[in-house]
Amino acid sequence: MKLNNSTNNKKNIFTYWIIILFIIIFLIFPFVINAYWVDVFFFFGIYALLGLSLNVVLGEVGLFDLGHMGFMAIGAYTTAILNVNFGIPIIILIPISAIAAGAFAYLVCSPIIHLRGDYLCIVTIGMGEIIRLTLNNNPFGVTGGPNGVFGIDFPSLGNFFVIDNSAKFYYYIWIIVGLTIIGLVNLQHSRIGRAWNCIREDEVAAESTGIDVRFYKLLAFVLGAALAGVAGNVYATKLMMVSPESFNFMESCMLFCIVLIGGMGSIPGVLIGAAAISLFPEFFRTFAQYRMLIFGVAMVVMMVFRPGGIWPRKRGALQLKSILTKAGTENG
Amino acid sequence: MAKDKNIDVKSNKKDKVVLETIKLTKIFGGLTAVNKIDLKVNKGQISSLIGPNGAGKTTVFNVVTGIYKADGGKVLFNGEDLAGKKPHQIIKKGIARTFQNIRLFSNMTCLENVMAGQHCRTNKGTWSAVLQTSGQKREELEIRKHAENRLKQVGLWKFRDELSKNIAYGNQRMLEIGRALASNPDLLILDEPSSGLNDKESEDLIVFLKSLLKEDLTILLIEHDMNVVMGISHWVTVMDEGKKIAEGLPEDVYSNPQVIEAYLGKEDEEEEY
Repeated sequence: MKLNNSTNNKKNIFTYWIIILFIIIFLIFPFVINAYWVDVFFFFGIYALLGLSLNVVLGEVGLFDLGHMGFMAIGAYTTAILNVNFGIPIIILIPISAIAAGAFAYLVCSPIIHLRGDYLCIVTIGMGEIIRLTLNNNPFGVTGGPNGVFGIDFPSLGNFFVIDNSAKFYYYIWIIVGLTIIGLVNLQHSRIGRAWNCIREDEVAAESTGIDVRFYKLLAFVLGAALAGVAGNVYATKLMMVSPESFNFMESCMLFCIVLIGGMGSIPGVLIGAAAISLFPEFFRTFAQYRMLIFGVAMVVMMVFRPGGIWPRKRGALQLKSILTKAGTENG
Repeated sequence: MAKDKNIDVKSNKKDKVVLETIKLTKIFGGLTAVNKIDLKVNKGQISSLIGPNGAGKTTVFNVVTGIYKADGGKVLFNGEDLAGKKPHQIIKKGIARTFQNIRLFSNMTCLENVMAGQHCRTNKGTWSAVLQTSGQKREELEIRKHAENRLKQVGLWKFRDELSKNIAYGNQRMLEIGRALASNPDLLILDEPSSGLNDKESEDLIVFLKSLLKEDLTILLIEHDMNVVMGISHWVTVMDEGKKIAEGLPEDVYSNPQVIEAYLGKEDEEEEY
């Protein structure tokens, strides 16, 4: 905030109030609405987290990743297997799931990271499907085949605080989403975020400007996968079981839609996209068989009229003032 | 006054070679794009590489900056062999470049473009960015200050919040130079900086490039515009069909029959038509 403290204070304060208002609404939300909708909003949170994780890869760096659910599956199964077989507490498994998914992304993506656009897209589809099929085939008898793994514990801090109902899960996921947003916004305004965007804009120029393109692409994949791993952890503990068909190709496509609908590289956009994907089908449940049709039409209309997404990232709206206070330097 | 200073700089550091290529060769399939080129760039001077279209000038630049791998010969920068170095490592050594067809980060603001130019001079990592450590904040502030200086230097501070794709062509060129300068290079390589500029802009560019020499900077440029070349170069190398055909002071090169032949064609050839 030091960078633009003297500018647009009014607008900043307004934005803060909007954010505070949203937080208050989110805090009182479970008390005014029934458990079903609390659950819907829990899944909204899961999709938001997944959307944010894919946004790092797809939105910030422009790498087409259509196998993102595979990373979530790694996180979810890591949690499930280690918890059910070894009784390791969920809270410890959050970082472990993230590291497992990140390490997997590093291993798998290292050889394919130089691929461009659609080629990378095809390979990641393959990767996601291979993960799902492997889980389905029950290697070494640990993944339970198509039935998956059952009996995962609730997340808890010892015995005195157990997250065991919808409302608690609702707060749990949104706290994680909130922390993630803070971290990602910080990243966006650092040299890392700039390097990512440079790669998206022009790879050759980025490399010539001193950005290690390969390293930053891999970093985006690892970070995105780690966040997806965390989402997998929460998902597994909420459902208390994991099974391969939760992580199919359609889900990866949905994540892709979240980022495209919201606006590539835009964090508020991703939240809107996640809301569209997770809440829209609920509102239109009365139309039952037509809702996918409506959804499709809405997508087409949106792509025609707002190709950049509903809330694209605005750049340069800060009206940055000079931070060099020396007199005589204002020649621009 | 500026002229005097230039001459000073020239005479002081005349001997020191910043960049040297020895028998540099690059082959594309059956075509030898660059054929055993020996190039020397002296410190504190503006050297030019000229030649007709397709002579392989840009290829030389691309090999020097690591975008292509040399098929033979060496590139020495301050005496160090650059073989096998990637572009992002080469800019860290101190060679920054611009492109013939401007390659800016078009959907980022001008200020962000210049800030990105400092990437190789800064080192804070992911965790300090996520957690916003005090070191990270300090570094970010330094980046901002430096970018502001460079943006003012190229005269684009008023466009700081514009997306770089929205500013005029001449300004985009200057912005690209600003981005290259942001990495505090020792050697600045410019690929046809005056192409697409009008006469006024070209003149401004010449003045600007001369002013850069005061910063202890060495410049190597590819140029088509003879006025620009003759106006500012201390040393000119001429290429044709991948080979070096002449080098020397601008006046000497200008009257060299081989150079004229390369640009205009042989006299007897013209008679045939």
